[in-house]
Amino acid sequence: MNSLNFLKSNKQNFYYFLYLGLFLFSISILDVAINAFLKINITSFLPGILSIFLPLILGFVGLNFIRTEYSGIKSLDIINKNINTNNFNAILTLLIIFAIIKATPPSLSWMIFDANISGDTKEACTGTGACWTYVKVWFRRFMYGMYPNDLHWRINLAFILVIALGFFGFFLRDNLKKYLALYYVIIYPIIAFLVIYYLISGGAFGLVWVETGAWGGLSLTFIVSFFCLIFCFPLGMVLALGRRSSLPMIRYISIGYIEFWRGVPLITVLFMSSVMFPMFLPEDFFMDKLVRVIIAITLFEGAYCAEVIRGGLQALPRGQYDAAKSLGMGYWKMHIFVILPQALKLVIPGICNTFLALVKDTPLIFVVGLAELAGMLALAKTNPKWLGFAMEGYIFAAIIFWIICYAMSKYSYNLEAKYKTER
Amino acid sequence: MSEPIIKIENVNKWFGDFQVLKDINLDVSAKQKIVVCGPSGSGKSTLIRCINRLEEHQKGTIIVDGTELSENTKNIEQVRAEVGMVFQQFNLFPHLSILDNCTLAPIWVKKMPKKEAQELAMKQLEQVQIADQANKFPGQLSGGQQQRSAIARALCMQPKIMLFDEPTSALDPEMIKEVLDAMVNLAKGGMTMIVVTHEMGFAKEVADEVIFMDEGMIVEKAETKEFFANPKSDRTKLFLSQIL
Repeated sequence: MNSLNFLKSNKQNFYYFLYLGLFLFSISILDVAINAFLKINITSFLPGILSIFLPLILGFVGLNFIRTEYSGIKSLDIINKNINTNNFNAILTLLIIFAIIKATPPSLSWMIFDANISGDTKEACTGTGACWTYVKVWFRRFMYGMYPNDLHWRINLAFILVIALGFFGFFLRDNLKKYLALYYVIIYPIIAFLVIYYLISGGAFGLVWVETGAWGGLSLTFIVSFFCLIFCFPLGMVLALGRRSSLPMIRYISIGYIEFWRGVPLITVLFMSSVMFPMFLPEDFFMDKLVRVIIAITLFEGAYCAEVIRGGLQALPRGQYDAAKSLGMGYWKMHIFVILPQALKLVIPGICNTFLALVKDTPLIFVVGLAELAGMLALAKTNPKWLGFAMEGYIFAAIIFWIICYAMSKYSYNLEAKYKTER
Repeated sequence: MSEPIIKIENVNKWFGDFQVLKDINLDVSAKQKIVVCGPSGSGKSTLIRCINRLEEHQKGTIIVDGTELSENTKNIEQVRAEVGMVFQQFNLFPHLSILDNCTLAPIWVKKMPKKEAQELAMKQLEQVQIADQANKFPGQLSGGQQQRSAIARALCMQPKIMLFDEPTSALDPEMIKEVLDAMVNLAKGGMTMIVVTHEMGFAKEVADEVIFMDEGMIVEKAETKEFFANPKSDRTKLFLSQIL
């Protein structure tokens, strides 16, 4: 058995093994890196198979050397505990590191070093890399859709106003704080709607009318997401309470609603809203396509919100209901002051999930002819002058969507931390 | 004797097929202190939860301070505002500070001005000796402190009757005393109290009457001294021999 221990470190030669292990590990990483970045194989003198597997073997032996129970060195212990627990994990770790190193140079050169951004036409893209010129030229379309170029300031101004109004609540005086919920649930959506309607749509105050068919791009993504988010949450809350109501009528209506909307695909709902719905309306009654789409998505996502919120309601112990009732609170007071504040806190992660899904579902409005960001991409990539750049466009859209969604999930973590209570 | 403040007549209750309360009759007059004891599953908690209709009874009548408990929601809320309740699990609202726990119901149910409600709450917290914890959250307090806060919260509604549902059963032995002390003080102040508890020392000190329940029935109901000195039924004797 002693001969086996010969290859393991002990207290006396621990540092000797640590340095040797780190050295071997670095060599293996370096070998792969040089191979990937400089295209030089420093181990080419070895026979083929060995040359390929050498970094893996070296790294494996290195990681084996530095693996100890507990060393007292913080970073080393973290490595050992997380990515170097046994031989199998060590190999997985190495393979992942190698894959990342190998993938870096080609993606970097495609995205940056060999890419083009200058010029205004397809012909400017001569390199082998990405053609960012395409994104640059189409940028305004991706942001504002078919909205007239000289009127873009109206969209910008409307968004700035809406965001500013959103922050308004933070500066409210303390004695007005109790109206905050009222402001955000009822007043704010109405004001936001009016701002967007009059500024972006125009038609009054000397502003030129721009029909919603011309709206598009990222700004449309924002408009649709924004209204659906603020409307579907209260709807979900009402449905969640309805589903737990003791009145059978309300309960069955809520269950029926939720199960119906959860059962149909969003794409059919959108299609219905634009094709079927107008048939049921009187001749002279007109509802804008965009409004119909927003209503459709709100109704759809409201059902999902309801189920998430119901989960929170069910997580509360019965004692909370008992205590509130025993103090003489009726149904609404009990829910507003005791139940919902606790339940909504519990469902922040779930609600965030639903909201992220909603934002990423907005491209589906393409089926009714509204082109938000992803929709504009689909239009742009079929433009005869700019064929063949779908990849750049979708990467661009992916990055934008990722930024939006990451910001939202970060915000939800903040909310969670802010409203954390000890039980 | 004056008209009883709580009148329970022939009350029956079933959970599904299982009958939890069988023909309960009980009159409680104002300022009376009653201790309810009995083995677990005997229906004591259910009985006092029926008094403020956290549970519905299916047969019989319960009249609290002249109001009969029925389907009428207005009546129920009115009764609940007059009947305070303290639970085994405290059931404080964890998202509100102790002070807010105490002022929530007075402000929103009794429409008391905020300032007045806060003064009242501080007075009640003073009574149970946790005024210095007023701005903490329930999760930051010990079990005994939480239960005393819960008593203060119930008292802030200025109830005529207080119900206690095993208030010390979830507490560490060391904290039982501080809660019982608060309850004894309350009893001395002349509150009408119905207490479900296994603390026989408390019963001997405070109670006017002790009720022994088993299998959903009131087996024995007697004056405190009489109850402990010579219990009549064999079931009571057995119970007392095990618990004392």
